[in-house]
Amino acid sequence: MRARLRPLALLVLAALLRSGGALAVDPTELPDPRLQARYVALTHELRCMQCQNESLADSPVELAADLRREVRELLLAGKSDDEVRAWMAARYGDFILFRPRYAWRNAWLWGAPGVLLLIGAVVSWRIVRQRTTLLGSDDQPVEEDPPG
Amino acid sequence: MNRFLLPLGAFLLLAVVLAIGIKHSPEKGVIASPLVGRPAPQFSLPALSDPARQVRSADLKGHWYLFNVWGTWCAECRAEHPVLLKVQRAGIVPLIGLDWKDDNAQAREWLAQLGNPYETVAVDASGRAAIEWGVYGAPETFLVNPQGIVVYKHVGALTDDTWAREILPRVSAVAAGS
Repeated sequence: MRARLRPLALLVLAALLRSGGALAVDPTELPDPRLQARYVALTHELRCMQCQNESLADSPVELAADLRREVRELLLAGKSDDEVRAWMAARYGDFILFRPRYAWRNAWLWGAPGVLLLIGAVVSWRIVRQRTTLLGSDDQPVEEDPPG
Repeated sequence: MNRFLLPLGAFLLLAVVLAIGIKHSPEKGVIASPLVGRPAPQFSLPALSDPARQVRSADLKGHWYLFNVWGTWCAECRAEHPVLLKVQRAGIVPLIGLDWKDDNAQAREWLAQLGNPYETVAVDASGRAAIEWGVYGAPETFLVNPQGIVVYKHVGALTDDTWAREILPRVSAVAAGS
């Protein structure tokens, strides 16, 4: 039984290895390793507009390849990371940036966790205070379950 | 009474937020274009009918036009085609086509078979012009005014409804006002 399963296991392994190879959709190698590192970082934080939950780096569609080409050329032309992000956002809107910008119109986005935390703190403080005052005014001994 | 005030307030706040979300739900999935309200991108691309001739954005200034991005590989574009022909027959706004990453021979055949609604078709073989326009899926249609400003963008197949409700009023309101 075990011997008969082995070819199947090998097949599964082969399929896994193959799909691992297929995941690398971008063969780009820039001449300068520092530029390459920036290129990899940037393509991972820019959205593929066609398959919206993938990054440019992971997407196999043609538009993503075209946009990666633009990133490459902008970097080779000496643009900074922020200039590349701004170039993309000017054409596709902030939606293309996986990491939203710090801007007033994004204030609610960045501020909401703090506001929610504050609300939570106020609510829990009120509950705790309420319970403490309840305990203080309660002069009856706590009723215990009858032993049984 | 007081102890109901906070939950009630929270409930009302949530209800308002959700109501806004429901009201705007038809726009969900459509990504607002930063191009609307801004000048249309400049381009100079070979014409589909005669690749030796250039279609220039500068030559399009001075009148309204609909800039329609399509390709023969795009199924939605085939569904949209009858509407484009109707728009052409109406004779109100000329259609300028952008043939996006397509095969020229196939594109010419498409127009010969289905009818040609376009005044001119520019060929974007590299896909660069489409990126300048912020295109992420064909078909997409932009309405550009005589000053060269993009006033409206429609993503997906153009329908009789979008033509009547979104495009025609914008063009005729200005025509009536001037």
